[in-house]
Amino acid sequence: MNPGQLFRRLIWRLLALAILAGGAYAAFVRFTQGLGAATNLSDTYPWGIWIGFDVLCGVGLAAGGFAITSAVYILHIEQLRPVVRPAVLTAFLGYVLVVVALMLDLGKPWNIWRPVVMWNPRSVMFEVAWCVMLYTAVLALEFSPNVFNRLGWQRAEKAVKSLVVPLVGLGFLLSTLHQSSLGSLYLILPTKLHALWYSPLLPALFFLSAIATGLGMVIFESSMSARAFGRALEGHLLAKIAKAQGLFLGLYLFLRFWDLGWRGSLPPAFVLSGAGAMEAAMFWVENGLFLLALGLVLAPQVRQNSQYRFWASVTVIGGFLMNRLNVSLTGLEAAAGVRYVPSWMEVSVTASIVVLGIALFALAAKHLPIFPPETPHALPSAAPQPVEAGHHA
Amino acid sequence: MRALLFDVTKCIGCGACSEACLESNRLPAAAEPAANLGPDTFTVLKTLPQPSGEEAYYRRLCMHCLDPACASVCPVGALEKTANGPVVYHEKPCLGCRYCIQACAFNVPRYEWDSLTPRVRKCTFCSERLMRGESNACAEACPAGATMSGTREELLKEAHRRIAEAPDSYVNHVYGEREAGGTSVLVLSPIPFDKLELPLRLPAEPLPVLTFEALSKIPAMVGAGSFLLAGLWWFTRRKEEVALAEGKTNKNAVSRNRGGEK
Repeated sequence: MNPGQLFRRLIWRLLALAILAGGAYAAFVRFTQGLGAATNLSDTYPWGIWIGFDVLCGVGLAAGGFAITSAVYILHIEQLRPVVRPAVLTAFLGYVLVVVALMLDLGKPWNIWRPVVMWNPRSVMFEVAWCVMLYTAVLALEFSPNVFNRLGWQRAEKAVKSLVVPLVGLGFLLSTLHQSSLGSLYLILPTKLHALWYSPLLPALFFLSAIATGLGMVIFESSMSARAFGRALEGHLLAKIAKAQGLFLGLYLFLRFWDLGWRGSLPPAFVLSGAGAMEAAMFWVENGLFLLALGLVLAPQVRQNSQYRFWASVTVIGGFLMNRLNVSLTGLEAAAGVRYVPSWMEVSVTASIVVLGIALFALAAKHLPIFPPETPHALPSAAPQPVEAGHHA
Repeated sequence: MRALLFDVTKCIGCGACSEACLESNRLPAAAEPAANLGPDTFTVLKTLPQPSGEEAYYRRLCMHCLDPACASVCPVGALEKTANGPVVYHEKPCLGCRYCIQACAFNVPRYEWDSLTPRVRKCTFCSERLMRGESNACAEACPAGATMSGTREELLKEAHRRIAEAPDSYVNHVYGEREAGGTSVLVLSPIPFDKLELPLRLPAEPLPVLTFEALSKIPAMVGAGSFLLAGLWWFTRRKEEVALAEGKTNKNAVSRNRGGEK
């Protein structure tokens, strides 16, 4: 490593440490003085970025996990097999960090287990709690062979691998349910959520945008890992993923605008000044990014070029983040009559969670067999025949 | 089912309701009457200057919906609509997710933001007093008959009678009769209800219906999804097996990737 690289790495690490220190202090304040001291939340605006970003965005960005595992283990699209591990890793880390964020956001986090025994099946939150709990367990199991492999626990590795197809199926069902249910959470707010975001189709829209974004995350991570460790996925695989992403994005945007048009909710998107202008602007930032991303991945030149493909995935992720933040934050401001700006402590906790996610991903990519060139033969495989055949051929 | 009827035209703004509420719920008495609902303020009396120069007064308190959004959204059922009318809160199982606060169309529940063991706080409809056979403290304390306690049927009848008797003194609507499926607190007013911080555009159906429409599809989705997944799994595997048996490599088989890598 040359001195320049060493210096850059030092700067990044110092920055990460500074963010983590800020987050630790904010967590300290939250647990010694309460949510009121640490956040800018209020009775009229009870959910901030810890829900809007850490939970809603976190879960959505992790959607690549179930999309890729289902494609490989259910649809037998073998070409995508090398993507399984990074996608599962991202999803697993994503969910673990969502739980970390919830521990800070919940007023009484030690009661987080209570939905297990206190049932309220009418509650979307109850359903989300169960799905997230079960799916985190499924992801832990899906990820565990990497760890068992490293530890040399062959029997445990084999046992989990033999269960992989039912696990992936269960993961698909659980993900479908709670990815969409995160949208259903807002169905109960017809008078509070702005017309540009309130829709009876919220569950379907959340589901489709999560898949498009989850696929974008796989491309994004692969490019980042290529830069950081020189390990990445093959270009033609990523081009295929970008194509699938275009399909889901197209479906999403069609449904989104058809829904707005059909319900007569498009006029608020053209408010240029005064009340509602801010919402209209945010709406166009969100959907401008989505439309741009769709245009990009529809072009073969973009899909085939690693640089362009990377930027297309960044665009999708940007649109997705805007969408979730608009639903959970922007769209609720007018009815609440407040302008929510997160406190620096809220921001630093969220930033710390992002840093933690990146650091854990890097650590796992370095020490566990996540990317293919290291261990091309140890991939979890439930349908061995085609793989064997591949070697004979 | 018990209910309360609040009539803006009868309220003299004395604040006896708020005082009785503090006392009955053993809440800390403040030097000044609170301006807004809070963790220790379950009801509040507000002043509304009128164009005529006079003042009108209105109360803020939990509406005790017949099918409350807060109770439906709680993941642990910490909020409960009791048969007698009150919507009550059980603090023990509460996680503090604050979905109830978010979901309330009337912006009523308050949170103990500065506590390390925070609770959701709101009007209890004097559920303990009702169980003892007494009536709501605020209604009992009201010297002007502006807040009345009774059964919901009685009070609805009374409210319509008042409107019919003096149609010019009231907006021709009993607020809470149908809003969000109906509430146990009913309001009569000569002033448009949105000025009293009551939302005007609430659907007539209970709000939990909106989320239930999504939730009720889950069992069918899980069933259909399982079949679909199993079918796709079987079908795509079969396709590969057939392709292998025929000695051809399927378009999707690994061989090409692996071959390409070398």
